[in-house]
Amino acid sequence: MELHEEKLKELEETAIKIRELIIPTLLEAGSGHSAGPLGMADIFAALYFHIANIDPKKPDMPNRDRIVLSNGHICPVMYVTMALRGFFPVEELKTLRKLNSRLQGHPHRQALPGIENTSGPLGEGISQAIGMALAAKLDKKNYHVYCLTSDGEHQEGNTWEAVMSAAKFKLDNLTVIIDRNNIQIDGYTENIMPLETMRYKYESFNWFVLEIDGHNISEFVNAVNHAKTIHDQPTVIIAHTIPGKGVSFMENQYLWHGKPPNVEEAKKALKELRTLEGKITSEHE
Amino acid sequence: MLNPDLHLNEKLFDTDVETKATRDGYGTGLLKLGEEDENVVALTADLSESTRANLFQEKFPERFFEIGVAEQNMAAIAAGLGVSGKTVFMSSYATFSPGKNWETIRTTIVYNNSNVKIAGHHSGVMTGPDGATHQATEDIAITRAWPGIDIIVPCDAIEGEKATIATGKKYGPAYLRFSRDKSPIITTQKTPFELGRIDAYWTTKNPECVIFATGYLLYNALVAAYELEKAGTNVLVVNLSTIKPLNDHAVIELTQITGSVVTVEDHQVMGGMGSAIAECLARHLPSPIEFVGLQDTFAESGTPKELVEKYKMSVNDIKKAVNKVIGRK
Repeated sequence: MELHEEKLKELEETAIKIRELIIPTLLEAGSGHSAGPLGMADIFAALYFHIANIDPKKPDMPNRDRIVLSNGHICPVMYVTMALRGFFPVEELKTLRKLNSRLQGHPHRQALPGIENTSGPLGEGISQAIGMALAAKLDKKNYHVYCLTSDGEHQEGNTWEAVMSAAKFKLDNLTVIIDRNNIQIDGYTENIMPLETMRYKYESFNWFVLEIDGHNISEFVNAVNHAKTIHDQPTVIIAHTIPGKGVSFMENQYLWHGKPPNVEEAKKALKELRTLEGKITSEHE
Repeated sequence: MLNPDLHLNEKLFDTDVETKATRDGYGTGLLKLGEEDENVVALTADLSESTRANLFQEKFPERFFEIGVAEQNMAAIAAGLGVSGKTVFMSSYATFSPGKNWETIRTTIVYNNSNVKIAGHHSGVMTGPDGATHQATEDIAITRAWPGIDIIVPCDAIEGEKATIATGKKYGPAYLRFSRDKSPIITTQKTPFELGRIDAYWTTKNPECVIFATGYLLYNALVAAYELEKAGTNVLVVNLSTIKPLNDHAVIELTQITGSVVTVEDHQVMGGMGSAIAECLARHLPSPIEFVGLQDTFAESGTPKELVEKYKMSVNDIKKAVNKVIGRK
C-alpha cells in the first residue's frame, strides 16, 4: 500500500491527535498506563488509518484484517485510535475503566465491536493471532493478521511457544509488531530479564525480521509492505520506540509504565504535545 | 432396577460386560463431527493417540494441528480459531489442560467466549500407574468456577461420543472430561442424552437415598444399588454427566423423594460434582450428604482397581456411604 506525502502528513497529524486524546482519557480514568500508549501512537495511526482493511461500520466484516493487541494494558491508545476512526463516539472515551463501560480496563472482545481478542494477561496474543491466521488459510481468505506485542511479554514462555509454532505453520499472513521500548513495570527490560538480542532470537526461530524506528510512519508502512512480499514465513517488525513519546517528563521513564498523569501533569503534557506538532513533522521531512 | 425407559445395557451386571474407555468416545465423536462439518478442527499437545484425536488426524490432516508440548499455546491458538468461525476441539491430559494452561483458557477461551471444547483426558485415579502427577483430580473444581462454560463427564464411551457431538453443535466453551482405562458400557445408542439432562438410571419404590454419580464410577454406584436392594435398602442412582449448568430442578426433585444424598466421583471431594450438588441443596433443600471421592489427598501409582479401593471409591465404599447418610436423616 503506497504512502503519498500528503497521506503521511495526515497520519502524523493523526498520531498527534491520538497522543493529545490519550492524556485527558487517562486523566479521566484515574488509573491506567501512560508510557506504552504514547509510544505506540504512530504505529496505531498507521495501522488503523492506512494499512489495515477495516470498516468501523462493519466491524464483523469476514475478510477484515485482524488487529490483535497482545499487551492489553496499552489499550488507551487502541480505544483513542478506534474512536477517532469511527468505531464509537470520541465522547465515550470518558467512560474508560468506569462502571458499565464498553471500555474495560483491559480490552474485552465481548464488550466492544472491533476488538478481536480479550487481552491483558501477557504472552497470549501471538497464539491467538496464529489461530486467526490458520483459519484464514483453511478458509482461503486473504485477510492479514497484525499482532501488537510488548517487549516485556517476551519474557513469557507462551510467547516463544507461539513464535515456534507460527514458523512451523509457515504463516506469511501474520505480522507481529514488537513495541521495543525497553521498559516494563519493575524497570528496564535488560535489567529485569534481558531480551537481547531480539533479532537473532526471532531469526533463529525462522522468522523474517525487520527493525524500524517506531516513530517513523513511512518506515513502518514500508516494513509492513515488505512483510507481505515474504512467503511461507511469518514476519516480525521490531519497532524501536520511546515510551512516553512526546511528553518529555515521561519519555524513557519506566515509572510512567503503569500510571496516569494528574491534573498538573496532564496540563503540562498537553502543552508539550501541542507545541511538538511542528517538530514531529519535520523529523520526516 | 435399571430404568427400563432409558434403553440401558441389559448385560450391565454380567461378568463379561463389554468395556471401553470413555476417551474412545471422544475419538469417534470428533471423527463423526468432522465428517459432518468442515469447520470442525482439532488440536493436541503431543498426545494425539492417547487422547484418541488420531482418528480425526488421519482423516482430516489439513484440519488437525499438532502444537507440540505447549498447552498454553494450544489453548490460545484454539481461541483464535474459535473466534474465526471454527468449532475447535483441543485435547491433552487434564492435569496439563485445563491444569497448566488454566489462565490462558480463562482469558482467551472462556471470558473471550471462543468456540473451543477442552477435552481433558486421564482424569482421576483411574489413570493408574502413571501416578498422581498424571491423575487429574482437581479439574472439575478449577473449571466449574468459570462463568458460562458447560462441563460434561460422560459415564461410558457411548455417552462420551454423544457428549462430544453435543458440545460441537453448540457455540461456546465446554469442558469434556475423559478417563483412560476401560470401563463397563452402561448406556446404548438409544439412551437419551442432552446437555443438562439428568436421569435416574436405577429406580425403585420408596427410595431412601439418591446417589448422584459422574463418570465411569456410575457403574460402581449401580452395582452398589443392586446389592443394596438385595439387602433391603432402596436407592436411586442418577447419572450426573452435565455438571454445569447443573439441572437444579432435577437435583432438588430427586432429593425431595429420598431425603438423603450420596455423591460419587473420581475427583477431589472439594470443589467437584459433589460440591455442586451441595451448593444447590444448601440453597434450596438442606439435606444430609456423603461425598465419595478423593478425600483431600493425592493418590499414587497402582492399577485403577487397586486405587479405587485404596482411595475408597469402591462399591463397598458407596454402600457404606449410603447406610451412613440414611442414618443421618
